[in-house]
Amino acid sequence: MTVEAMVPRMTEICGPGGVVTDPAELRTYECDGLTSHRARPALVVLPETAEQVAAVVTECARAGVPFVARGSGTGLSGGALPHADGVLIVTSRMRRIIAIDPASQRAIVEPGVTNLSVSTAARPYGFFYAPDPSSQVICSVGGNVAENSGGAHCLKNGFTVHHVTGLQIVTPAGELTWLGDGTGSAPGYDLVGAFTGSEGTLGIATKIVVRLTRIPQVITTLLAGFRSTGAGGAAVSAIIGAGILPAAIEMMDALAIEAAEAAVACNYPAGAGAVLVVELDGPEADVRRDVAAVRELCEQAGATEIRAADDPAERAAIWAGRKSAFAAVGRISSAYIVQDGVVPRTALGEVLDKIAALSSESGIRVANVFHAGDGNLHPLVLYNDAAPGEAEAAEQLSGDILDLCIQHGGSITGEHGVGTDKARYMPKMFSADDLDTMQLLRCAFDPAGLCNPGKIFPTPRLCGEVPGPHRGVHPVVAAGLAEQF
Amino acid sequence: MTAASVPGALTRACRTVRPAGPRDAVAGVVPSWVAVPSGPGEASALLAAATEHGLAVVPRGSGTRIGWGAPPRRCDLIIDMLRLNRVVEHEAGDLVARVQAGVTLPQLASRLSAAGQQLALDPPPGTAYGSDGRAPTIGGMLATGTSGPRRLRYGTPRDLLIGITVVRPNGIVAKSGGKVVKNVAGYDLGKLYSGSYGTLGLITEAVFRLHPVPAAAVFVTAGFADTAAASQAVAAAAGSDLVPVAVEIDRPGRDGLVRVAVLLEGDPDGVAGRAAQMRGVLGAGTATSDSAPPWWGSARPARLVTGPHGPAEPTVLRVSFWAAALPGVLAVIDTAGQDAGLDPAVGGSAAVGVLHVVLDGDADPAAAAKFVAGLRDGLGQDLDAGFAGGEGPPARASAVVLAAPAAVRDGVDMWGPVPALSLMRAVKEQFDPGCLMAPGRFAGGL
Repeated sequence: MTVEAMVPRMTEICGPGGVVTDPAELRTYECDGLTSHRARPALVVLPETAEQVAAVVTECARAGVPFVARGSGTGLSGGALPHADGVLIVTSRMRRIIAIDPASQRAIVEPGVTNLSVSTAARPYGFFYAPDPSSQVICSVGGNVAENSGGAHCLKNGFTVHHVTGLQIVTPAGELTWLGDGTGSAPGYDLVGAFTGSEGTLGIATKIVVRLTRIPQVITTLLAGFRSTGAGGAAVSAIIGAGILPAAIEMMDALAIEAAEAAVACNYPAGAGAVLVVELDGPEADVRRDVAAVRELCEQAGATEIRAADDPAERAAIWAGRKSAFAAVGRISSAYIVQDGVVPRTALGEVLDKIAALSSESGIRVANVFHAGDGNLHPLVLYNDAAPGEAEAAEQLSGDILDLCIQHGGSITGEHGVGTDKARYMPKMFSADDLDTMQLLRCAFDPAGLCNPGKIFPTPRLCGEVPGPHRGVHPVVAAGLAEQF
Repeated sequence: MTAASVPGALTRACRTVRPAGPRDAVAGVVPSWVAVPSGPGEASALLAAATEHGLAVVPRGSGTRIGWGAPPRRCDLIIDMLRLNRVVEHEAGDLVARVQAGVTLPQLASRLSAAGQQLALDPPPGTAYGSDGRAPTIGGMLATGTSGPRRLRYGTPRDLLIGITVVRPNGIVAKSGGKVVKNVAGYDLGKLYSGSYGTLGLITEAVFRLHPVPAAAVFVTAGFADTAAASQAVAAAAGSDLVPVAVEIDRPGRDGLVRVAVLLEGDPDGVAGRAAQMRGVLGAGTATSDSAPPWWGSARPARLVTGPHGPAEPTVLRVSFWAAALPGVLAVIDTAGQDAGLDPAVGGSAAVGVLHVVLDGDADPAAAAKFVAGLRDGLGQDLDAGFAGGEGPPARASAVVLAAPAAVRDGVDMWGPVPALSLMRAVKEQFDPGCLMAPGRFAGGL
């Protein structure tokens, strides 16, 4: 069946206002936050309930039409890139917060609910939702589940997968089912954990049970300026080595600081080669002691200036530079690639030096903004898209950085996902057997391969027939290994 | 079947293979052979050989939980993992350790403590009947997904696992994750294998996120005359901003005192101050101590091996629920106990909604079966009528029988109802198409 022929049935399911067929309107869905990959979907549907999602997927499964789920479309790996001959299922109209249960430290939300609004709803009870990707004002919890999103504070609090305890999903066959029971210890395989971070390839989450976290007594944010990223890195190692676990440790290099300064006048220490933002939260006495220790360790590492803030407005001022960094780079470069790679924290200094060397060899500028506490680099590779060959050179450099991450025992993605963008790098990090084994899970959930096809894995696995269990004569006997009396 | 001679295919794959004995039984099922691979290469060759000859396999670490789960439908070969006992890598600056599956928890702890670090998991040691004193292995802890009181703060094994290497039944070695804490490349097979009871393959290596050892730890304890007051204290402690690392309860019998203990960790001065505040939160009759109360960790070995009231092997259940339902769950346990004529001991991590229920070893098997059925029936009723307008998960509590004497085991469904069983069956069929890995030991007969 062609997608066009499905329109009447889809209109029946989602209502006339829930189906998009106009080519111009379809084009607005042709990419997510990674704009370098584009495909116009054949059809977009905007269901409002889990039952509607199930009905849409059932139609797709019956017709053999591929489908892709999309939340707010803020992903940075092309995970929600539509299929040109498929249906794009947009969950942005499913935005009810169904329940807040502070006594169980749980909330139940629909997938289109924005990340930040969960925390907003929990705040009156003294709780918040811990994962905080930088797009949290707009990104959806459903998208966070697909990508296993992190954020600056996952150093202490963990990722989305540590805060999801139950999922209602629509399977790729169109069945509505619950994974887990919300407790975090349901009997059976941990399908909630396996589904989270599967980048939309195992089904579509339609209700999400999240864990809520107690708002800390106090939060203190420190800003420290250093002459170089090397000195800043030494401070990071010293903090971790002292047994301190900050909520976040972020670093920016000189070029990133320059861009942020130009964009938001964040007033970071003048002339710094690197700044560290260290946030400590928890009970007051413990935080006070840790702040003093972090100050001392930064001074020993050669900090040129240190500021501390407890007040929400002052803390926000410190964060302003860091949070604006990606967008700010747009002011000093006409085009740039946001890379996302991870190295062991102990390899940070060496890898930064090598990135600097790659940059000077190629003449392509790189601004570094990163989650230093967990070794998650976000090099921003700057280029002039009007200059012939520069885009290719930037792409090459960006890929070389991933090679560096792999060589140092790291990962090709810390939080943005593999999606469309990095599937080709997967064989550099994983063996054919690793990838084949991962895809067994795919085959269990989606043997027809219709659910967000073409993402994560460079080569799809044919699922084939599954042999049943052995029956009849005991195989030990059949093989002549033993006799039965 | 007589004791069969060791087949050549196994000895070619692994130098150490011996005939099994009664002590090697898995929940009453006696295997034919025990193989002890010396490394991952032998482990892989062994599984390939076993599968080629259609042998059903159960992996084993220290055996402290080998009796957990349902009896396997078949067990021909035990793969004893105790010689894969190397801490392969500990990079203190990265707070990461890579370890083989046969490493024991104390062995790892002593290696890490030199750097002031820990794997922040505290499953109770030696909970299987007769395995007193033995320390669990990394592989066994992962396979059974067990954790202890500190899961409130640090999570369960799956939360701290950042990379895993497994051998599939066909001998293929596969890994997922890596050795960096932050990593979303590819599917996270570690989640799938955590708590899978050996039914998907053999775990050979794991990489964990570590934590610094806290400078100080203090236990704040209190006793309550009834469950309502104890439940209130648990909720107050868990809802406070004093960062409890664990909130445990203990109730030896229906009519006895209910004890609550809260663990606080951190800087010595900070912990002392918070302990004083926590005493205020818990109410009257509190005390503080640097050491754990004797009942800490509800599944601690002395109690499970001897049972609360006698020397026989007890029946141990794990009850999981949304934490707010604590008083309702305790009431369900009481009702089921009274109906069955039993008075179980109850304890566990109340603040995260996990309790262990222990029945005397000499409990009548029919009464135990009645208790389990009554408990599941009660938990299946809506403990919080109208919650989420009926839009939440259909079941929000479960009761799993972890271990039981043979007579009880034969009369109960060890696992009870399982959500999404058809998807789990599909996963099992993909990973273990010949159904040779611990067949029948897991939830839903998988």
